[in-house]
Amino acid sequence: MTAAPTLSVRIREIEPLGASLKRFALEPAHGGELPTPAPGAHILLTLRDGGRVMKNAYSLVSPAAARDRYEIIVRRVAQSRGGSAFLHQQAREGDVIDIGYPVNLFPLQAKARKHLLIGGGIGITPLLSHLHLLKARGLKFEMHQLCAPEEAGVFEALLAPYGEAGEILVHGTGRARFDLAGILARQPLGTHVYTCGPRTLMEAVATTASALGWPAGKIHKESFGENSGGLPFKAMLARSGIEVEVGETQSLLEAVEAAGIDAPCLCRGGACGECKVSVLEGEVEHRDDFLSAEEKASQGAIMLCVSRARGARLVLDL
Amino acid sequence: MTLQFKPDETFRKDFTYRNSDAGILRFPFPFPEDEYMYSVNIEPHVRGGPTAAFQAAFDVDEHYVAECRERALVLAEDPKRCQVLPHMELAQWDTLELIMESLAADYPDLFSLSKDGDLWTWVNKPLSIQQTFTFGKADTLPCPPFEYITRQAQGDFTLQDQREDNLYVDGGMVTTQADWSLEFDIGMSFHEWHGPVPLAHEKGVFDRALKYLLRLQYGQPVRRLNWTMTINPRLDTSPENYPVWGPDRTTITPENVAEKVHLRVELQTLFRLPRSNAILFGIRCYLASVAELSRVPKWRKRLHRVLRDLHPAIQEYKGLPRYRQMVIDTLAPFDDGAPLSKGIQSDLTAL
Repeated sequence: MTAAPTLSVRIREIEPLGASLKRFALEPAHGGELPTPAPGAHILLTLRDGGRVMKNAYSLVSPAAARDRYEIIVRRVAQSRGGSAFLHQQAREGDVIDIGYPVNLFPLQAKARKHLLIGGGIGITPLLSHLHLLKARGLKFEMHQLCAPEEAGVFEALLAPYGEAGEILVHGTGRARFDLAGILARQPLGTHVYTCGPRTLMEAVATTASALGWPAGKIHKESFGENSGGLPFKAMLARSGIEVEVGETQSLLEAVEAAGIDAPCLCRGGACGECKVSVLEGEVEHRDDFLSAEEKASQGAIMLCVSRARGARLVLDL
Repeated sequence: MTLQFKPDETFRKDFTYRNSDAGILRFPFPFPEDEYMYSVNIEPHVRGGPTAAFQAAFDVDEHYVAECRERALVLAEDPKRCQVLPHMELAQWDTLELIMESLAADYPDLFSLSKDGDLWTWVNKPLSIQQTFTFGKADTLPCPPFEYITRQAQGDFTLQDQREDNLYVDGGMVTTQADWSLEFDIGMSFHEWHGPVPLAHEKGVFDRALKYLLRLQYGQPVRRLNWTMTINPRLDTSPENYPVWGPDRTTITPENVAEKVHLRVELQTLFRLPRSNAILFGIRCYLASVAELSRVPKWRKRLHRVLRDLHPAIQEYKGLPRYRQMVIDTLAPFDDGAPLSKGIQSDLTAL
């Protein structure tokens, strides 16, 4: 896919929720309305600290009906790559930042008869946007939130608005006392389970549900997009005689276009085959659906729109 | 640009539908090259491009008023042309929001949408509609939300639910179709409803297209062009009405071929919807007679070459064999064989 459109937002409000949690409300910097936030969607924030640029993804917690502001909840993590520390310590109300268009890799399923939500810690965030919709539509749901004992109060407060419509339980007593298998075993047929939190929790939900006979299509985990970028590399365009630098969040096609080369392309998503180019040197990390397994193994061609170099440099017949 | 609607033109009986000169030049001619073969010809649906039909999210042209009336006539005869399965209710509201907001933004002199919380007011000037309703409450509209808004849009629409790594056609408003049936296809998965298409399965076109569409993101719609041919400017060429239009194909003679045979182009657009995560598939139909298209030198030459060299299985699937040779014979004298520019643009600024 092409790079999603970028939106400019102003931090309207920063609200501390607990020792390490803050809620940020973001409003359109130039007025108007934001795109309808999809339940389960996340946005990519571009944060600039001097010359340093950080890109962090956060789930939207505000309801789909709210177009005047997006809300996110950010945990200050000890091993922060910089983004959450920056938001907690340096971001101020009134600051303007760039965000990407909402991307939804964790949607609610229209045919579910019941929705079972299992969150771990800050993994509560996409489930909050699910809850808005489930409650507004009067759909059947059950929510379990795991957390550290000292944060149980914070999560209970966040979940309080949805308490009446379904069963909501906050488990601040540790994973050992959380009866995951029991919860999954007693769900009615047609239930879909959604989980977000530490990888170990999400894997436990998936493997326990599978072992109990849940079909794979009814088990949903939050997965932030994996195919959108990678390590930077250089591409030498042999016929044009120029070398382009491909950045972390840029595709090879975008880098080639930025250098003024009119490269072939159509779908920009690795499907149509239009942007296939011969590789003269270097190893490709294939991410497309067009080339056959044999073509990928032979390393003779690359799809410019989605694939990248596995090493530091590629030489292309372009 | 001020649109001159042609409210009285017809798509049945006396067939008074015609394209103005400007209408011909904005036609989305579907052949970028002299040969045609199935491919994943999907590209981002961004504004602009080789024809003015790509200027808006949902194109409105001089046929808008007449086409909406034609849709109402088809629905009155056969209400099953619009069906949405119960689990797609959110997708209905997503569709209404997307189409209303897009039309109001793209054509502010024709449409407007104002909101007071959930209380919305929609004004459609060409159809003289003013409607206040509560977003999310179906009983505040005269008919279900998907039907309500797609009665006011050109082209057909289907709704695809995404589940288990597949897409299911779980709703639609289909009154201007090229010989396929929503009543027959509703509930089918992606490969099921594409089952009849020849050659493309073997080439892996549908496997790749499905993988691509499953990743389609909100805010990044895509489009492609598809085509066939239709006798007379008839929008409703449905299997349900085959007895009405099927015999038309036997009426073509060398004398009437240019006027009666129409190139039927579908500008197909795909939008990811926010609340439902469903995909809205727009199938906007454009009709131009061979005579109208022949006024553009590049197009008449290219149409001649494409039809002359078309794969037999594709001819058969599109129902062309009865009259294809007559169209070729009509166009052949105007094709000098000279190379044509790549792409679909007309290479003209005026007729």
